[in-house]
Amino acid sequence: MGVAAIEVSGLVKTYRLGDVLVEALKGVDLSISAGEFLAVMGPSGSGKSTLMNILGCLDRPTSGKYLLDGEEVGGLSRDGRAILRRSRLGFVFQGFNLLSRLSARENVELPMIYDGTSAADRHERALSALSSVGLADRAHHLPSQLSGGQQQRVAIARAIVNTPALILADEPTGNLDSVTSDEILGIFQRLNDERGITMVLVTHETDIALFAKRVIRFLDGRIVEDRVVENRRRPPAPRENAG
Amino acid sequence: MNLYSAGKVAFRSLRANKMRSILTMLGMIIGVAAVIIMVAIGAGANQRISAQIASVGSNLLLVVPGSTTSGGLRSGFGGAPTLTMTDARAIGKELTSVRAASPTMRSSGPVVYGNQNWSTILQGGAPEYLEMREWNVVSGRNFTPQELEAASKVCLLGQTVSDYLFGTEDPVGKIVRIKRSPFTVVGILDRKGQSPQGQDQDDTVFLPITTMQKKLSGSAHMGAVGVIVVQAVDADRVKEAERQVVELLRQRHRIAQGGTDDFSVRNLSEMLALAESATRIMSLLLGGIASVSLLVGGIGIMNIMLVSVTERTREIGIRMAVGARERDILSQFLIEAVILALTGGAVGIVLGAGGAMLTSQLAGWTTVISPAAVFLAFGFSAAVGVFFGFYPARKASRMDPIEALRYE
Ligand SMILES: Nc1ncnc2c1ncn2[C@@H]1O[C@H](COP(=O)(O)OP(=O)(O)OP(=O)(O)O)[C@@H](O)[C@H]1O
Ligand SMILES: [Mg+2]
Repeated sequence: MGVAAIEVSGLVKTYRLGDVLVEALKGVDLSISAGEFLAVMGPSGSGKSTLMNILGCLDRPTSGKYLLDGEEVGGLSRDGRAILRRSRLGFVFQGFNLLSRLSARENVELPMIYDGTSAADRHERALSALSSVGLADRAHHLPSQLSGGQQQRVAIARAIVNTPALILADEPTGNLDSVTSDEILGIFQRLNDERGITMVLVTHETDIALFAKRVIRFLDGRIVEDRVVENRRRPPAPRENAG
Repeated sequence: MNLYSAGKVAFRSLRANKMRSILTMLGMIIGVAAVIIMVAIGAGANQRISAQIASVGSNLLLVVPGSTTSGGLRSGFGGAPTLTMTDARAIGKELTSVRAASPTMRSSGPVVYGNQNWSTILQGGAPEYLEMREWNVVSGRNFTPQELEAASKVCLLGQTVSDYLFGTEDPVGKIVRIKRSPFTVVGILDRKGQSPQGQDQDDTVFLPITTMQKKLSGSAHMGAVGVIVVQAVDADRVKEAERQVVELLRQRHRIAQGGTDDFSVRNLSEMLALAESATRIMSLLLGGIASVSLLVGGIGIMNIMLVSVTERTREIGIRMAVGARERDILSQFLIEAVILALTGGAVGIVLGAGGAMLTSQLAGWTTVISPAAVFLAFGFSAAVGVFFGFYPARKASRMDPIEALRYE
């Protein structure tokens, strides 16, 4: 595969809880190429979210190197990381994390209000991102007026609106039923195939991980397995009244 | 994020919590309105005192018969009749620091014209008295030194008396009866307004003191006068004049060294300056007390902003995750606080101005709303918003995005 989008080596993350030191990551080496679709699995507490937070520049490693597109980002300031997040990264969370008072379109616009995009541009790009996840007709709905799957699709639209190179999704289907989960993964596959966006996905479910091209398994802060997916799953044909 | 979108975001979240926003603003509204009303009342009192000071005349001393022991601002006038016409003349003629002196005398009595009858203050004095009080004659003339000498039955009417007795008729040259004696009206005094003690100074008739002594009062103390009004040459020499007057009178009254004066000298400008500084202290005090309520309003804003920051921890986390920098979050919450403070301030200014007008109408006090006070109140509101909004806003901007996202 192509250039390494992410190059992580000797990554250690230690949390201090009072006098106790918790080692969430105990030296992780990982290389993710551009255009890759990686699923991260492992038991609860094994360090998956900790890794995602560091990859997403929401947190800094205690030690180790993190190169994003060849650039060392482990030492960036808070604001530097914020700018990086809004320009090159997209997030999809288990709990959707939409702002409840904003409409679907306004939620999608959120990353753009912080980078000075004009209102007209924001509008247009938000609508096109929404239509690429099949929600053009729900632009004015509030999150509370949308189903879980629809809310997660709004979150995906928000993640892709600034054309990121990398999308990080921490258990994006954890709150969804299996049919809706398959649809969400179908969208991820499409973004990965058609736009070449690198995907990193945390999941507990093996059949979700099968949508990815590659699966790694965490155990106790270390990667214990790294394999290519042989028979990739593809989403079923879209239903009527999807979501 | 530019100011416009930041303002829009702030407005939306304030609107989402309408009741809370209004209650928070209420603190500011009350604070600013209180400051505006109090400052207006203080400024009104100041203006009134200044006007009254101007109406009294400048660099004046009052020589009052009797000793100082019973002295006070209002009492002590007209003790034993120890001052005489010749005392007054000597003060006016012999002292280098004195420009003029006038003996005066006061009593009251009815003035009659035709079938109109008006009881008023009869003010006796020398012709110089009017000049010393900076009191103009608007029609007719002052009485002359010759008329003083001859104790002529002439008089000048104050505006109130003239209005009441004559209405639109011209009083000059007419004959009025004062305590049954006929007097010729030779002039009309200019309007003077209220005295510092709150009396209507225009409710008076001015006449030669000699006439008053001979024709109107019982002749028990011929030549005795009430108060001698003395005017110093200029403001710098009022103290000197005071000293010279005391020295001269002690000499004239043959008071031995160590003996108590049988008169006292009061420095009118000093007394008025005292009244002026008292009003100033009062307005400062009023403004200060009102400012405390503004402070309380500010603390209210801080309190609500802290609650709001905690409540919206997750929102802050989401905004940070999608790329908001520290200053984006800071400005969002700061703008919210400033909007609360400024809106409250603006409403407070309007209510305060209304309240001040109402006060002046109901209580009859002069109130003055200066543009400076309004701008200051507005600027102060903004400052309160920034000051009390800063801590919560900074707290929000310093949050850890991961912890904020995990917040339930
Ligand atoms: N802020 C923190 N303070 C202290 N310890 C932490 C903190 N965050 C995570 N940990 C610890 O680090 C370890 C890894 O946590 P992490 O959230 O990465 O697990 P995970 O693999 O995502 O688990 P799950 O599948 O349940 O989400 C855990 O032992 C956890 O208790
Ligand atoms: Mg996790």
